[in-house]
Amino acid sequence: MDNLLNIFIKSAFVENMVLSYFIGMCSFLAVSKTVKTAIGLGAAVIFVLALTVPINWIISELVLGPNGIFKTDLTFLRFILFIASIAASVQLVEMAVEKYSPSLYNALGIFLPLITVNCAILGAALFMVARSYNFSESVVYGVGSGIGWALAIVAMAAIREKIRYSDVPAPLRGLGITFILTGLMGLAFMALMGINPAKYM
Amino acid sequence: MAEVLEKKESAELFGKKERKLLSDPMNDDNPITVQILGVCSALAVTSMVKPALIMAVAVTLVTGFSNLVISLMRKGIPKQIRMIVQLVVIAFLVTIVEQVLKAYNYPVWKQLSVFIGLIITNCIVMGRLEAYAMGNPPWRSFLDGLGNGAGYGAILIALAVIREFFGRGAIAGFKIIGPTDEFLVNTSSSWLLSWYQPNGLMVLPTSAIFLVGIIIWIQRSRNRKLIDIS
Repeated sequence: MDNLLNIFIKSAFVENMVLSYFIGMCSFLAVSKTVKTAIGLGAAVIFVLALTVPINWIISELVLGPNGIFKTDLTFLRFILFIASIAASVQLVEMAVEKYSPSLYNALGIFLPLITVNCAILGAALFMVARSYNFSESVVYGVGSGIGWALAIVAMAAIREKIRYSDVPAPLRGLGITFILTGLMGLAFMALMGINPAKYM
Repeated sequence: MAEVLEKKESAELFGKKERKLLSDPMNDDNPITVQILGVCSALAVTSMVKPALIMAVAVTLVTGFSNLVISLMRKGIPKQIRMIVQLVVIAFLVTIVEQVLKAYNYPVWKQLSVFIGLIITNCIVMGRLEAYAMGNPPWRSFLDGLGNGAGYGAILIALAVIREFFGRGAIAGFKIIGPTDEFLVNTSSSWLLSWYQPNGLMVLPTSAIFLVGIIIWIQRSRNRKLIDIS
């Protein structure tokens, strides 16, 4: 239990996907113009990460691993199977949301298909393999890193909404200042790096 | 008439248009600083020149060949499932690159770890497939892919050179300036340079993001038509 809480805090804050690994930057920069859309995309990412990280854990353990159903080491197929399972589950989520909750579908609509190519989703699956988590750890890791990503994009959108009123030099406006802001946020997040939650429990 | 024109154009191997496909991404249409595609890996792998160079080559190969393959297949792909087809082609190419790198240069493979896999979701690859290869003939798509990969690589290497020089006092492992005898310029023995300290910030990924911001600033103040109006 302590271990799971540790992984959660680590993945959401200490090793934040965006601000300490800079993964998932493309959509982070493109969709952080207003807080409302940022919240929509953030929610969709949490949902998809919580779903795909455990699914990919099952694939890598039961299908690709040496103890899986084929009894051979098939890890070279990892990328293809991971991306296929992510694309398929995003498609399924999209269909299910459309059927059961049209209002949520309208809110998330355009963002759901975009999530397939968000580096954070595949990145989390690959980190999960690289750090050899077990099943429950990978569930917690998926939820935690999704929450971390969502927090970062909402914070960024709030800053960008305010910065519209300030006098930024013209060549730096838009993309340039967003990069520098992300850098500053990254520096601030580095303050959390030394935290080891296990010590206090 | 139109048919004749098209034949004449595609017959040229390195016409004006083809050269433009290669040179545009270097400056006016750079994938990282103008199109904002593929930023993720640009930041994480650029703390030293060697992995950045390998990453640049890997991405250039993947963009070039995936553009070529998709462009050859473009008339047979149904619209609804084109994303999955594209992803499978990209994942296949990335797997080849990863296995080759793992076999021939294990330490660098270990260092790049998940970032080789993340080429699959690198937006440059998908972006060029959607924007160019789905509607253009194979040879030109191939050049467009190579050009965009090279434009990405140029930024990657520029970042890596700056970061490695200021952060570790070396370029591509060749030690230039530092406080011991191993370096070309030994700062501790020279009275003129004894104040010199390597910049610790440059080793951290955060510095790459500041540098990209500064590169964008310089590029846009030289080329006013790229400025964001919003």
